[in-house]
Amino acid sequence: MAPLLSVRDLRTWFDEEDLTAKAVDGVNFELNRGETLGIVGESGSGKSVTNLSIMRLVPSPPGRVVSGEIVFDGRDLLKLPAEEMRRIRGRRIAMIFQDPMTSLNPFMRVSQQLMEVTQLHLGHSKAEAYAHAVRMLEVVGIPDARRRVDGYPHEFSGGMRQRVMIAMALSCKPELLIADEPTTALDVTIQAQILELIKTLKQDTGASVIMITHDLGVVAGMTDRILVMYAGRVFESAPTAELFSRPSNPYTAGLLRSVPDPTDDSHAPLYQIPGLPPDVARLPPGCPFAPRCARAEAVCREHFPPWVQLTPQHHSLCHFATELFESGSIAPSTSSTATSGLENR
Amino acid sequence: MTEVTKAPEGAAQEAVVGTSLWKDAYRRLKKNRLAVLGFVVVCIVVLASAVGPSIIQRATGYTYDYIPTDPTLVTSQPPFTAPDGSFAWTHPMGTDDAGRDILARVLLGGRISLMVGVISTMVSLIIGIAVGATAGYLGGRVDEAIMRLVDVLYSIPYMMVVIVLLAFFGGRSPISQLFLLFVALGAVSWLTMARIVRGQVMSLKSQEFILAARATGVPAARIILRHLVPNTLGPVIVYATLTVPSVMLLESFLSFLGLGVQAPLASWGSLAADGIQNLAVFPWQLICPGLTMAVTLFALNFLGDGLRDALDPQMRKG
Repeated sequence: MAPLLSVRDLRTWFDEEDLTAKAVDGVNFELNRGETLGIVGESGSGKSVTNLSIMRLVPSPPGRVVSGEIVFDGRDLLKLPAEEMRRIRGRRIAMIFQDPMTSLNPFMRVSQQLMEVTQLHLGHSKAEAYAHAVRMLEVVGIPDARRRVDGYPHEFSGGMRQRVMIAMALSCKPELLIADEPTTALDVTIQAQILELIKTLKQDTGASVIMITHDLGVVAGMTDRILVMYAGRVFESAPTAELFSRPSNPYTAGLLRSVPDPTDDSHAPLYQIPGLPPDVARLPPGCPFAPRCARAEAVCREHFPPWVQLTPQHHSLCHFATELFESGSIAPSTSSTATSGLENR
Repeated sequence: MTEVTKAPEGAAQEAVVGTSLWKDAYRRLKKNRLAVLGFVVVCIVVLASAVGPSIIQRATGYTYDYIPTDPTLVTSQPPFTAPDGSFAWTHPMGTDDAGRDILARVLLGGRISLMVGVISTMVSLIIGIAVGATAGYLGGRVDEAIMRLVDVLYSIPYMMVVIVLLAFFGGRSPISQLFLLFVALGAVSWLTMARIVRGQVMSLKSQEFILAARATGVPAARIILRHLVPNTLGPVIVYATLTVPSVMLLESFLSFLGLGVQAPLASWGSLAADGIQNLAVFPWQLICPGLTMAVTLFALNFLGDGLRDALDPQMRKG
């Protein structure tokens, strides 16, 4: 079956004064129906811009989609007329945002905001839309939904507001749900609840989900496949279990090592990838990760790494992808010696 | 400026808006004695202008354009004076040269002055919000073009425009003159409103709830009307309440020059213009409408200032 969404060679650039920030530069991926895809990366790696490009909501100017195809259910979204795209947004592709505190209109009742979606897309009458709004709030587990539906956003806590956002996103039973760091702004117990909610609702509606996050813990239990992004590129793409067991890219390995392990009682400081993410307007000619990479050699600084296929499902953007894949995983000891070796040089 | 860095806290505060904004503002407004006084005075003036003329007609038979048939009464009497010079309640503000009751005329003038103030402000609100919100939301070239046009209009002395408009199209009938006045005054006072709304919209449109609305496929017109404009209401209300007195003053000025309201209708400006001719002999003809106007304008300005402090605490000085 054809994938629900396939993104091919997407490039979204932002024009700055005299430079061009290549926020997304040649991203490829596919998403099957019912599948959950995680997109992981540090801040500024292009995760959000990729998804805003899918929604065609990249602020323009300064942003522009330079090239690529975003084929959703057989049609290239980038070529659709604006009006048709508007009808897809919220109806077939819905989005949940990072900060529930600011993503609801403070001046509108929750009911009005929920009703707006179904009135627009499903042609609901006022009464139908209202009933639907109450039902959606019940679905996302807001207690006493009948009474609370008439409240204003400030009367809801952060977790409750994120539930409202989810209710809004799922009102029209979208085929694709994009969750852009849906739990980043919430505290840990609420995070787990919200993730659980998304998971259940996804199973009930059969929607495909793209889960954007910088927290590997979040995607581990939820996704079928993970893309690791860095500097506007996909660095590694693999089924979730395999990515965790056999990371074949030094960047992925670095991310995995930076996740705190509660069972570790060595009191060693938590690993941190040295340096900062690069400025995507001033990328070096070689591998963008080379300056921070423990495994980097001369070739990395001169030549852009190849996109290596390791298994039919597993790809990695690295000169040493095969080697890393064969070695099973990067043992912490080897990479730390490599780090010190780099410093000595 | 600070919006970017302060986003998380600002967001949390923003969230508290909603119903409590008005309650909060009301509480702050109540604390401001001058504003409350202003509000009371404005209410009294509005009420008196609305029902006053008909009460006077019931009580004394005088209307704003009633000229007594008895020729001995066609003369200007001082306030609270009967024709024989004794004390009487008949004309609390006296009568004018033609023997017309000045109180009745002042109250009618109040009707027209307030009407000009409110309706012209409405006209400026509608144009200003439409233009400002469109420019702010669309941004880019459209914004550039619209705001440059506003800048150009700003540079034209608006009084000239109004005078030319009134001199050209005015004078057909008192009522059409009045309508022309509404439009002319509204048309010159929307510029600042457009700038205020544009600024508000620009800072609001980068907020996530607007992105969220776009992501749910809400059309642009609806985003502007339902999501952006209501969020700009605070500053807009404040500016509107301050526009009302300034427009009223402008109207009085025009009427004083003989370009505004035409007889037999009256506004405070035209009454003052009539009164000033006899200032030495019949001072009450100027003092009565002048004082009423001054008190009303003060009250409106106090109310506007109070509302600004209440709705926009960051703007408060000191």
